[in-house]
Amino acid sequence: MTAGVPTEFIAPGPQSFDLPPIIPGVDWFTKPVLVAALSVVVIVWFYWAAARKSAVVPSRLQFAGELGYNFVRNSIARDAIGSAEYMKYVPYLCGLFYFILLNNVAGTIPLIQFPTFSHIGWAYVAAVMSWVIYNAAGIKKKGVWGYFKHQTMPAGVPLWLMPLMIPIEFISNILVRPISLSLRLFANMFAGHILLGVFVLGGEYMVFESGKILLGGVGIITFIMGLAIAGLELFVQSIQAYIFVVLTAQYIGSAISDEH
Amino acid sequence: MSNLALAISGNIAVLGYGLAAIGPGVGVGLIFAAVINGTARQPEAQSKLQSIAWIGFGVTEVLAIIGIALAFVFKNG
Repeated sequence: MTAGVPTEFIAPGPQSFDLPPIIPGVDWFTKPVLVAALSVVVIVWFYWAAARKSAVVPSRLQFAGELGYNFVRNSIARDAIGSAEYMKYVPYLCGLFYFILLNNVAGTIPLIQFPTFSHIGWAYVAAVMSWVIYNAAGIKKKGVWGYFKHQTMPAGVPLWLMPLMIPIEFISNILVRPISLSLRLFANMFAGHILLGVFVLGGEYMVFESGKILLGGVGIITFIMGLAIAGLELFVQSIQAYIFVVLTAQYIGSAISDEH
Repeated sequence: MSNLALAISGNIAVLGYGLAAIGPGVGVGLIFAAVINGTARQPEAQSKLQSIAWIGFGVTEVLAIIGIALAFVFKNG
């Protein structure tokens, strides 16, 4: 690996995500587990500290906490669920949003640089949790039969179309939603991390290991491009946290809405 | 393979992903084109349009995302 000696370039792939355990012997304790635990500690500390000394004239920290909470409450939960019943779901949505946001942004924070949700198991659990909540909310409000009727038989569809509509609506509203929810989050984080890896490792290879002057120049451009990609990733990571929570709220809203 | 002048090596799943990304690319473009149009016609509706646009973006983008997931699934198939 010394400079000037050509070696084979190994592109980053799914194998880049198999991280060794942090403590040898404790197999479950890997980097994503550590990042997720850290994010929980940070979120709990932040909201605890922000709410500890509630005052009419808020301190800076309380103001930041209220800003974060109000964002989820007003522009996600209230818009999607409706002002009658949204308060019940705000704690879940708020916790979910900041958990996903912090774990995604961990892919950009220096020295951590690993998005937890690029391991699909984490995305599955988050999506299944949302799936259980929106189905349970609908069943609680309308009863089992009423809920399935609400989700699979859209109003205004003629009766002879029902044999076609019911399976399609059942698959799209009950079966596919958790899959698309988890895949969207997972694959964005996964693809973004690989993209960064391609640019940074490729640049590193061209500058230090290819042993060709011209390639070295291209490598520097590649490296700068990698920095731009990191900025794009920061945007994508925030947007994905937002989309996940907005869609969850949307699903809850459509499950408990009165008219279809 | 080797006597072809322009032999391509690599995995055909990559081509499949490239094809799968065309549709969602056009779709996402159409969504934001509509948002720009709507904002130009009615600037005060911008925040409302944007929140709808992000939902539409997420739903459209998942097609490309499924493509990338399947590219990895069929890589060795």
